[in-house]
Amino acid sequence: MAQVKKAPRPSAPAQNNPSAQVAPVSNTPTPQGHEQMSGAQALIRALEHAGATDIFGLPGGAILPAYDPLMDSTQLNHILVRHEQGAGHAAQGYAHATGKPGVCIATSGPGATNLVTPIADANMDSIPMVAITGQVAAPAIGTDAFQEADIVGITAPITKHNMLITNPDDIPRAIAEAFYIATHGRPGPVLVDIAKSALQEQTTFAWPDRIDLPGFNAGARPHSKTVQEAARLLATARRPVLYVGGGVIRSGASEGLRKLTDLSGAGVVTTLMARGALPDSHPQHLGMPGMHGTVAAVAALQKADLVVALGARFDDRVTGKLDSFAPHATIVHADIDPAEIGKNRAVDVPIVGDLKEVFAALVPALAEEHTKHGKPDLEAWWRQLDDWRETYALGYTPTDDGHSSPQHVIQRLGEISGPETIFTAGVGQHQMWASQFIKYQRPNSWINSGGLGTMGFSVPAAMGAKVGEPGRTVWAIDGDGCFQMTNQELVTCALNDIPIKVAIINNSSLGMVRQWQTLFYNQRYSNTDLNTGHGTRRIPDFVKLAESMGCAGLRCETDADVDATIKRAMEINDQPVVVDFTVSRDAMVWPMVAAGTSNDEIQYAKGIAPQWDRED
Amino acid sequence: MGKHTLSVLVENKPGVLARIAGLFSRRAFNIHSLAVGQTEHPDVSRITVVVDVDEFPLEHVTKQLNKLVNVLKIVELEMDRSVQRDLLLVKVRVDARQRTEVLQIVELFRAKVVDVASDSLVIEAVGAPPKLEALLVALGDHDVREIVQSGTVAIGRGPRSITERGFDRTTAHIA
Repeated sequence: MAQVKKAPRPSAPAQNNPSAQVAPVSNTPTPQGHEQMSGAQALIRALEHAGATDIFGLPGGAILPAYDPLMDSTQLNHILVRHEQGAGHAAQGYAHATGKPGVCIATSGPGATNLVTPIADANMDSIPMVAITGQVAAPAIGTDAFQEADIVGITAPITKHNMLITNPDDIPRAIAEAFYIATHGRPGPVLVDIAKSALQEQTTFAWPDRIDLPGFNAGARPHSKTVQEAARLLATARRPVLYVGGGVIRSGASEGLRKLTDLSGAGVVTTLMARGALPDSHPQHLGMPGMHGTVAAVAALQKADLVVALGARFDDRVTGKLDSFAPHATIVHADIDPAEIGKNRAVDVPIVGDLKEVFAALVPALAEEHTKHGKPDLEAWWRQLDDWRETYALGYTPTDDGHSSPQHVIQRLGEISGPETIFTAGVGQHQMWASQFIKYQRPNSWINSGGLGTMGFSVPAAMGAKVGEPGRTVWAIDGDGCFQMTNQELVTCALNDIPIKVAIINNSSLGMVRQWQTLFYNQRYSNTDLNTGHGTRRIPDFVKLAESMGCAGLRCETDADVDATIKRAMEINDQPVVVDFTVSRDAMVWPMVAAGTSNDEIQYAKGIAPQWDRED
Repeated sequence: MGKHTLSVLVENKPGVLARIAGLFSRRAFNIHSLAVGQTEHPDVSRITVVVDVDEFPLEHVTKQLNKLVNVLKIVELEMDRSVQRDLLLVKVRVDARQRTEVLQIVELFRAKVVDVASDSLVIEAVGAPPKLEALLVALGDHDVREIVQSGTVAIGRGPRSITERGFDRTTAHIA
């Protein structure tokens, strides 16, 4: 198997200003050079101009012309994946870790449809991504040609924008627009579908010097009047909470959040998509809100008189039953996307704008209010919040079966590997525990599939994150169900020297589904047993599977071995490592707000409801 | 539920109509009528869409429509501040006696006969949707064989034009 060539990686750190990504880099030819070339060459040249350095893909018939000039590019490092879904999630992990747009490439038909899940995922979680697909030759489009799929039609509802290119002259402009749209305003995925004939035909390359998108709204400046009103409310509220969503991370606005947190004295909750936006160690941090949030975070929102939503979207997993969410609160909602304002919850003070700008305006406005009215007295509120924090601290009790506790494994992973690590997760119990029991201290250290909830996200996303941030340790925390969906990308990692680490939290079942069956379906475990853990046939044997894919395989079966196994895994840096942590299948994620019920019904553990109003 | 008329100005590009229709069909909103045509700007098409939907979800769909890259502008046209017209063509089978009756109805509604055969008429009528509905009711006793209606087209009353302000929300220099 030939190794893909490695291009020298630009050492510049992740840029906060996405528009900088569109600027040509130094080792490309002059932008104005009007050179004759094929559409395929124009595509590669355009990707270079757009600033791409790493792309994830898999060739096939329709995209094949593009793979020929790709071989000659010194700037583009192409990583050959084993499944296009892996390319898409890798591009997401790359984008999430670096803040730069992720790029994936696939052929027509099945190659393109295999990108559908990552595209939908990126759309839900606002990840800047450019997906390039080959399409059958222009004259064959619409004839049910071999490997034809209308991928523009298929992905229209799940992309920020997409386009079909049949004329090679349009390729540079399409790529420039795709990168611009993906990274400006609310980030998201853009798909460019290029007919094979357009790749083969000759064109004159011209990189556009301007983007002309009359219908595209790159974002408004926050309105000073509503910012003023938000500041006044924050200065006068008695029970304020900042409800922080993933938008703070996408905007690169953690610094501003920190300032607003310190100045306002408000309680802060960070959603699943925002973990790390404010360090977990910050004294005003109350944890994650929502279905599996901390009691303090959920209670704070329920009892707040002011909720300031920052880049959050009042998702059902956060609000619980919507009409009983934060019932006493005045709502300030700041978001770059006007369509989010008032979508689920009526808003009293809307602020449309990039959160960086929102903080830049709101922090001085709040300071001004403080000089007028003095700082608000939040002592009673904090007494209440602290009481919830202490009484209902996150925790777990070991299960009766004597097997290892998944929460313990994950907590120790976080503690041993430390805050500079990037953690990715799949979807399910392990994801919730990874969000709960790892202390995140910086943005982009936690990468998961929040909105779409894509099982199998973890391994390829970790691969992409490691390519983007090769200097960091990257741990993929995965479930045994998730791992069986996308583990083939470990082959890609092994062959391309991408030494990620995978912790399979192996409870031998589709754990979150099993938890719901335990709680809501009379313990009838329909189709959730995976036979990978204690006392089973262990098919597959994850250690052997890992070894067969060129990875180190370790197994850990007791709490006593957890630390030593993690340390052993940390020492292996010349190949990917897979650790099969076989854990108890009876462990459950708590606290929990059952789906469709009010957040007031939160259970701290099975059958234990917090006493809400004892301080009131 | 109430009927709302939206004028959507879009870039004249393939697939735009499907994107717009998709945002309605996603929520199972029924598009009551739809009309698309060119405007005074050759690059800009105007879609007039009439939907049966409540105020709040309509506001949200409108915001989502605004996010489509090819959508330039959306204006809701209120019934009393706009002129709204449909075109209706009706084919009616007639014998000699019925012909007179039908022609009277045509006269009454200021419609036109645009095709005549020995045993049929094609009637053309233009008007606001209620007038056309009334015409169809009046023809109800006759042998109506075929009806075709355009979607509603609508334009605001008064001198202001929804296209007169520029569309250039984003023109960015990148090099």
